[in-house]
Amino acid sequence: MSEGRRRLVGRVAVAALVVFLLWLPQYAEGFWLQTGLFAMSAAIGAIGLTLLVGITGQLSLAHAFFIAIGAYGYCFLAGGEAPPGASSAPSGLGLPPLLAAIGAVLLAGAAGALFSPIAGRLRGIYLGLASLGLVFIGQHILFNAKGITGGFNGRDAEPMSIFGFSFSDRSPDSFVVFGVPYGQLERLWYLGLLLVAVSWWYARNVVRTRPGRAMQAVRDSEVAAAVMGVNVPVYKAAAFTVSSMYAGLAGVFLALAFGRIVPDSFGFLVSIDFLVMVVLGGLGSIGGAIVGALVVSALPQILNHYAGSLPLVVAPGETGLQPSDAARFLYGAAVVAVLIFAPHGLAGLARGIWRRPLSRAQPPPVKESTA
Amino acid sequence: MTQFLELLISGLSLGCIYALIAMGFVIVFKATNVVNFAHVSVLMLGAYLVARWNDALGFGLAVLAAAAACAIAAALLDVVFVRALRRRGGGVDALAILTIGLNIVLATELARAVGTDILPTGAPWGSDVAHILGVAVPQTRVAAAIVATVLMVAFWAAFTYSDWGVAMRSAAADREIAALMGIRLTRMAAVVWAIAGALAAIAGAFFTSFPAAGVSNATYLLALTAIPAAVVGGLDSTAGAVVGGLVIGVATTFAAGYQDEISFLGRGLSEVVPYLVLLAVLLWRPSGLFGTRETTRV
Repeated sequence: MSEGRRRLVGRVAVAALVVFLLWLPQYAEGFWLQTGLFAMSAAIGAIGLTLLVGITGQLSLAHAFFIAIGAYGYCFLAGGEAPPGASSAPSGLGLPPLLAAIGAVLLAGAAGALFSPIAGRLRGIYLGLASLGLVFIGQHILFNAKGITGGFNGRDAEPMSIFGFSFSDRSPDSFVVFGVPYGQLERLWYLGLLLVAVSWWYARNVVRTRPGRAMQAVRDSEVAAAVMGVNVPVYKAAAFTVSSMYAGLAGVFLALAFGRIVPDSFGFLVSIDFLVMVVLGGLGSIGGAIVGALVVSALPQILNHYAGSLPLVVAPGETGLQPSDAARFLYGAAVVAVLIFAPHGLAGLARGIWRRPLSRAQPPPVKESTA
Repeated sequence: MTQFLELLISGLSLGCIYALIAMGFVIVFKATNVVNFAHVSVLMLGAYLVARWNDALGFGLAVLAAAAACAIAAALLDVVFVRALRRRGGGVDALAILTIGLNIVLATELARAVGTDILPTGAPWGSDVAHILGVAVPQTRVAAAIVATVLMVAFWAAFTYSDWGVAMRSAAADREIAALMGIRLTRMAAVVWAIAGALAAIAGAFFTSFPAAGVSNATYLLALTAIPAAVVGGLDSTAGAVVGGLVIGVATTFAAGYQDEISFLGRGLSEVVPYLVLLAVLLWRPSGLFGTRETTRV
């Protein structure tokens, strides 16, 4: 295949994918849309994490913490006053949802910026271990700041609404497209697609331009980057801030998709899941992060859905291999296999297959940061 | 004052357990540059095996058998997985993420094995208490402190005087030169992982005994609090692991003991105190209390 023909095939494939995704709510059941919404939220978060871990080389286990800030920030800013009589209900500021979403993203970014003095001081693996602390402290706050978070029981999320159009089952009450009624899931589906597309586009532009090159220089060698005139602490702080804003956006969308958020959705294991997504996808690859997010977030749901007809796994509650456990086995093993056999992740594998007929040259190995 | 003393002694005894866990974590990092997140799964495996075997073998033998099993398991993790990545030139971050992957698989299987039960470890001291300096301390904790102290002294002696200890320290100082001097780095790595595994099993047996209820499916998450202990002391300092363990143990116990006084900070603060200490110490000293400061050569 010549270069031009290959590009054409690529474009057609992308166009087909876009059409498929836009058309999907016409046919797909609620389950698939719901799974897709979670995957979109995960994809936005994973793009942010790959900018931080893959591009800038700063290992972070704190992603779930920043996602929590986005999700709870949105619910707090958009939430109404506590109804009279229910004194324990969490309070809110009652801002318009769009403003609340923007505010939540900024809030998450501010949290990332606040963490950056610590991040700037710590090198390599110490940063990863310090960020571990943030997740557990975050959990403590979520369980205890009941006035804002609702504690163990969590709190409801206001549906998003933009200029009177609500991303819920109401207002407009019946919204029919080509004979298919579009409720909350279908409406959020398009919002999610838009957000993922914008996230992908922004991240790609960051990576391909001056700031991205500076971030990669910081990853490869802080000393060399500083010598080249890159302000290392500023770029580290900026990477943390941008990554946290992505996490915040993922949190806002997660709150919208769930409708209700609880502290368990933002624990240590969630941070690990996000790390798994970006490693599986290929560290530093934006598209890889999206695919990794799709695999890690959808696998348990799909195994769950088809537990009855799959061998080895059983339906939840029965004795045997639970679908959620099976998913964890699969992606735990996948991380090990990817790191040992395919350090560039799924993105690297895909590139290898795509490019093979032209040249057998492999991309140079990613230089790991040495502590 | 009595309460203060009681908490201090109780905290120090808990700290001894943390120190044992942290020590395994630190020697693995020193010898092989791996931040071993799978350490907590190995610990849970040890505690689980003790709980399973103590009826047949008795507590003492069960701990020894579990230590042997965990030594083999940890060495296998190194030989089969970590060595493969090290050969391919994986850096510290990649190796750490590898152990996270291993930890996902191991912890999931162990949580499945434990199920929703809480398995008692069957330590012979039960809930008896001993009286030290007029304060009541669980006898299990006294035993833990004695075992930990003996092990730590033995290790210090081995590091300082034995050929193996010298080999390990030289490998930690400079891998390349150590290899040129005839030290077999791969074999030494496996041995260090095995020792860390045995330490984790012994620590796990005490970690889940009274006053803890037993082995539950969340034991590995609780054991993660030993990682701050290792980091606070400095990831590459064995003495730091001991100090870090004691600091974390005392801080946790005080937060639990004075929870009424600090209730405005929320319930269950003692569970996050290790991480608060971790962040505070790292802000002050970015490489931990006794860790080697990173220098950059150009």
